[in-house]
Amino acid sequence: MVMQGQDKTPLLEVRGLTKTFPSTVALAGVDFTLHRGDVHVLVGENGAGKSTLIKVITGVYQKDAGSIVLDGKSINPQSPKHAQDLGISTVYQEVNLIPTLSVAENIFLGRQPMRFGMIDMKTANRRAKQLLLDFGVDIDVTRNLSAYSVAIQQIVAVVRGVDLSAKVLILDEPTSSLDRPEVEMLFSVIQSLKQRGIGIILITHFLDQVYEIGDRITVLRNGHKVGEHQLSELSRVQLITEMLGKELSHENGVGKAKSNQVFANPFLSVKGFARRGEVEPFNLDIQPGEIVGLAGLLGSGRTEVAHLIFGIEQNDGGDAYVNGQPVKLSSPRKAIQQGFGLCPEDRKVEGIFAELSVRENIILALQAKMGWFNTLSRSKQDALADEMIKALSIATSSADKPIKELSGGNQQKVILARWLISNPDLLILDEPTRGIDVGAHAEIVQIIKKLAQQGKAMLIISSELAEVVDYSDRVVIMRDRKKVGELEGEDINETTIMKAIAAH
Amino acid sequence: MKSRFLPLLMTFLVFSAMYLFAYSQFNSFGSMRIVGNLLRDNAFWGIAAIGMTFVIISGGIDLSVGSVIAFTGVFCALMIDRNGWDPLATFTLMLCIGTAFGALMGVVIHYFKIPAFIVTLSGLFLARGMSYVLSTESIRIEHPFYEQISDLVYVFPDRGRFTFAAAMFLIVLVVGIFLAHYTRFGRNVYALGGNPDAALLLGVPVARTTIGVYALNSFLATFAGIVLSLSKQSGDSTIAVGLELDVISAVVIGGTLLTGGAGYVIGTFIAVMTLGTIQTYLTLDGSLTPWWIKIVTGFLLFAFVGLQRLLGSGWGIFGVKDSSANVPPERQPGIQSS
Repeated sequence: MVMQGQDKTPLLEVRGLTKTFPSTVALAGVDFTLHRGDVHVLVGENGAGKSTLIKVITGVYQKDAGSIVLDGKSINPQSPKHAQDLGISTVYQEVNLIPTLSVAENIFLGRQPMRFGMIDMKTANRRAKQLLLDFGVDIDVTRNLSAYSVAIQQIVAVVRGVDLSAKVLILDEPTSSLDRPEVEMLFSVIQSLKQRGIGIILITHFLDQVYEIGDRITVLRNGHKVGEHQLSELSRVQLITEMLGKELSHENGVGKAKSNQVFANPFLSVKGFARRGEVEPFNLDIQPGEIVGLAGLLGSGRTEVAHLIFGIEQNDGGDAYVNGQPVKLSSPRKAIQQGFGLCPEDRKVEGIFAELSVRENIILALQAKMGWFNTLSRSKQDALADEMIKALSIATSSADKPIKELSGGNQQKVILARWLISNPDLLILDEPTRGIDVGAHAEIVQIIKKLAQQGKAMLIISSELAEVVDYSDRVVIMRDRKKVGELEGEDINETTIMKAIAAH
Repeated sequence: MKSRFLPLLMTFLVFSAMYLFAYSQFNSFGSMRIVGNLLRDNAFWGIAAIGMTFVIISGGIDLSVGSVIAFTGVFCALMIDRNGWDPLATFTLMLCIGTAFGALMGVVIHYFKIPAFIVTLSGLFLARGMSYVLSTESIRIEHPFYEQISDLVYVFPDRGRFTFAAAMFLIVLVVGIFLAHYTRFGRNVYALGGNPDAALLLGVPVARTTIGVYALNSFLATFAGIVLSLSKQSGDSTIAVGLELDVISAVVIGGTLLTGGAGYVIGTFIAVMTLGTIQTYLTLDGSLTPWWIKIVTGFLLFAFVGLQRLLGSGWGIFGVKDSSANVPPERQPGIQSS
């Protein structure tokens, strides 16, 4: 029963899907069509609506409007279990199986073969072995799942999904933690699923893999579908312009004026910095007073670079020099001692102490740097907090207000203030303008420029190309966990950045 | 030999070592008399420990078992002796009450998302308080049924006695093993303890399983209370104070992972017999105070938790944290990629 992608009736047809949350429209009339035996890649940057689309299809969320038709029948999945029963299975990036049960038990959990009212593990083991062999994977199915690599665990999850008579298999970033040989193993499993006529929806951030395994691609942006293509007819540059929502200008555009600063010796210099499976070796110099933008798509390794430099993750290759002296950046504490500061990407999770006041949030890092016995006097704390609230025009009625009551933009300023009072030489900002309103956005950009003028070295990660172009003296471009280029001065504009991301 | 059996093997080795040592000191450990007594004396808390094994495998804890046992004893004594109820009818009612009590705790734990530790701690106070309310003094039960049960004994050639309580212990053991390994309920309990989020996505009926586990445990605690009532022929609200801690110790020494997901009912049985052997040895020896049992239990507990830690984190053989044992730390969720 081999069906080909040419089969005219689609396997899954989503029409006009709309999903609204109290504050945002996550999906606005999105269409999506999946054919039998096709690998259909779903891409989009943060907030594009990919995960909402998947969650509606798999019954995690209920749709507000639109239709989902599976195999000619209209469906309305109420829960992941219901979607599974209808024939839609999902394999997540973090394997959702039970590490302490055997491989066979994981495949048959909840539907174990029974004999005389007892679970028949012999049969379960035999069938599990056979199912895996069908995909060319020969392992001992009676061992605990945790004894195997993530790739095998994902294949076990795929096998379970397919054996539940899946028609549609959704793979949500399955390769993001796999080595190359493991990716190949997974891809060969995907190939044999295609042979069986199963439709596969693949979410991935790796452009190379998109082209390697995908048949069709749908691009989402801000809850809208912006394009659907046969991958063989889509160039990389086209894909990236669609994802980022920018037009390529034909004349290379007017670059920014070369900044007239004369750079001294680099403040920070890293050579061959790398971490296996995270970031491939890269070199980076940052001068005092220089703003270096870090551009690339979601998942390209930007945050990983920041984490390596700040010592959140340890490098397993390369060297770092601060003012020409070799240093070990083995922990955030060491990095802070070198005069680094980092404002993380997800300020709600990593950045703010929601219950503490604005003042306490500002004082925190400085106090930590001074040690807990050398406490700041209250009047000193107040003075510092007030100074920062004024300098960054943080909109708060009082320094004692809990920070959770502030708007996103003002929270971001508080985090900036926290690092500024400890007067760092290098400030790393990860998506400093995400999720804040337009006015605050412009203010933050101004603060960034001002800080550079004061002689601070700045490393800034941002998905907003216009913003990166605006403030960067230099732009480092990342793709698929690799530094693939560097642009400087007049060469920096949106088109050159997108071309650099797309080049291969 | 699969590595996941390693903790079980350790449990068995500890038991063998203890028993052989005891045998070398007192030849009577070779007789059915000691074996029969071991089963009889440890039956009631052994039954409770088997229930607790399920709770801990599911990733939970139940602190109420000692109180439930005491309440059961007082309730049975009051109904049978003071109110003249039929013992079997009393037991049936008491088992229903106990099961409902456990199910209720399960409901609160699951639906209100309150930690099992807190919920069952209130269960502990509630059941203990109720038994004091029923009676502050020990009530003696005199009923022909109780006499019949205590006469229900198989006598071995060496005058070792295989009692009703011992038989109940072994039956619960066999049913427990069957339940754990050969039913979907049992496997769901393991799945729940192994990774609750995944269990939900894999279609495990999480609510039903959680409630079922606490209901089962309270059912067995009640049953343990009945077995104790039959052998003591009395009900006493001050009995079994802190017993839940002995029970939890036995489960851990039996090789069950405190974080859930892995463990064996048979391991708990062996651990109960190990602690029973030490107790009997100390009694026979007479020169050491019986409180040494606490010290030995402490050491064993420490050793087994250490072993679990080692297996779970270092060698990647056993445990829950194992998805991380294979995955380098940078692949852990939590740190978002840009």
